[in-house]
Amino acid sequence: MLLVHCPVCGAEGDETDFHGGGQAHIRRPATHNPAEVSDEAQRDYLFIRHNPRGLHFERWRCDRGCGKWFHAARDTVTMEFKAFYGITELPPRELMEAATGEWATYFKDKLKADAKS
Amino acid sequence: MKSRYSIFSLARNAMNYHKDWERAWRSPQPKTEYDAVIVGAGGHGLATAYYLAKNHKLTNIAILEKGWLGGGNTGRNTTIIRSNYLQDSSIAIYELARSLYEGLSQELNYNVMFSPRGVLMLCQTEHELRAFKRTAHANRLAGLDCRMVSPAEVKEIVPIINDDPNCRYPILGAYYQPRGGTARHDAVAWGYARGADALGVDIIQNCEVTGITREGEKVVGLETSRGSIKTKKVGVVTAGNVSTLMQTAGVRMPIESLCLQALVSEPIKPVIDCVVMANTVHGYISQSDKGELVIGGGTDPYNNYSQRGSFPSLEHTVTALVETFPIISRLRMLRMWGGIVDMTGDRSPIISKTEVEGLYVNCGWGTGGFKAIPGSGYVFADTIAHDRPHPIAEPFGLNRFAEGRLIDESVAAAVAH
Repeated sequence: MLLVHCPVCGAEGDETDFHGGGQAHIRRPATHNPAEVSDEAQRDYLFIRHNPRGLHFERWRCDRGCGKWFHAARDTVTMEFKAFYGITELPPRELMEAATGEWATYFKDKLKADAKS
Repeated sequence: MKSRYSIFSLARNAMNYHKDWERAWRSPQPKTEYDAVIVGAGGHGLATAYYLAKNHKLTNIAILEKGWLGGGNTGRNTTIIRSNYLQDSSIAIYELARSLYEGLSQELNYNVMFSPRGVLMLCQTEHELRAFKRTAHANRLAGLDCRMVSPAEVKEIVPIINDDPNCRYPILGAYYQPRGGTARHDAVAWGYARGADALGVDIIQNCEVTGITREGEKVVGLETSRGSIKTKKVGVVTAGNVSTLMQTAGVRMPIESLCLQALVSEPIKPVIDCVVMANTVHGYISQSDKGELVIGGGTDPYNNYSQRGSFPSLEHTVTALVETFPIISRLRMLRMWGGIVDMTGDRSPIISKTEVEGLYVNCGWGTGGFKAIPGSGYVFADTIAHDRPHPIAEPFGLNRFAEGRLIDESVAAAVAH
């Protein structure tokens, strides 16, 4: 049983009060010019998923509270939530640094941009 | 050559108080080089190795397993075997598997306890009834022995079912595959292991593959917890752990690993002699030869590598079954467990070559892989041996995700995920 905390309304509850929405930080490639999107880019958007053993970043929805989507960082082995953060936000810096594999690659540029600003 | 199991060998060994049975398979040291290596000694991996050796005469091969053989999802499923799917590509592979199960005990000289006791898929809404009628027509065209049965017949086949027409999900009929059923899951793994070993395959347990080694576009070997192994062909059959292993070869997978749970009750006298699947309410049930009710349901909705699931999923499954079979409401549950299943976006499996030469992958069976073991091994072995997809495996290629050629069916389990 997971205990989830909504960063939007502050509600706390078990996993049945929330809805798991799968991998976080996926961007739809076809937003502006659909014709330029390759089959591979569309495949990656729809089907290819980060599936790490360890630290993972997900979307959740506060089903029985405010109804808003938000982000969570969770370990897929220990099931421990590491952070909850807003739907437009990046995870806390230390978690971006702790990410491994495909997530580390994804956060590399974000960390650089973060350091500059 | 191994001695055959028979009534005579049983009698002979009984004379010696069963002290002289030989080991069913060897425990060899890994060699430094093989013609092909299969990663993962579950049912699908062992079947692949067996058919590679038997049908394609590839005997200088090894199968590597990080734990013990058959200790993952092969030993954790609810052992249901059926092939009554809607789409031709699904019917082809699952029916191949089901028909191979029929002769598997004789083929392997190992009793896999295949029991074609019938699989009954309940229709509890008008929509479900219509959908199953459509499947029934498709299956008849494909030559499958399946039929729709009326509520009265359902009550005859499963007398303990709740046939109250006023309950929330009344029984409106069912889709019946009398040739479906169950088998002993451990025996399937052990039988294929013994068969493969007898043909010269090295089964190496407690040997974890930590990485796939590439040279340019080719596979050249594997890094394992027991040293490096050179090979030009690698078949990855690691279910829930497929994404992390394929990543070491630079291949990204359309897979998410979720936890699926099952549970068994205390043993009771025979009350149900077929498999019942209640898809609308999310649960399936059968009774083992020991008398335990074997119960399964849906997956947890989030990624999980821990082989432990959450309580709400179990509660959901049990609630549904108590509604359908009121007499089980006071049964105590003995054991529950979880397995990490590999779910694809279209819920159909992947049996495929990859962009890396010599690297093949068989995964994505999700919540319904046990029934497919013989067929999956058969076509995957053929794919590896000839370096091109077997005609039955072709629709299940990785390329379908880029081409948008998805298989329009949630095959993973009959329960809608």
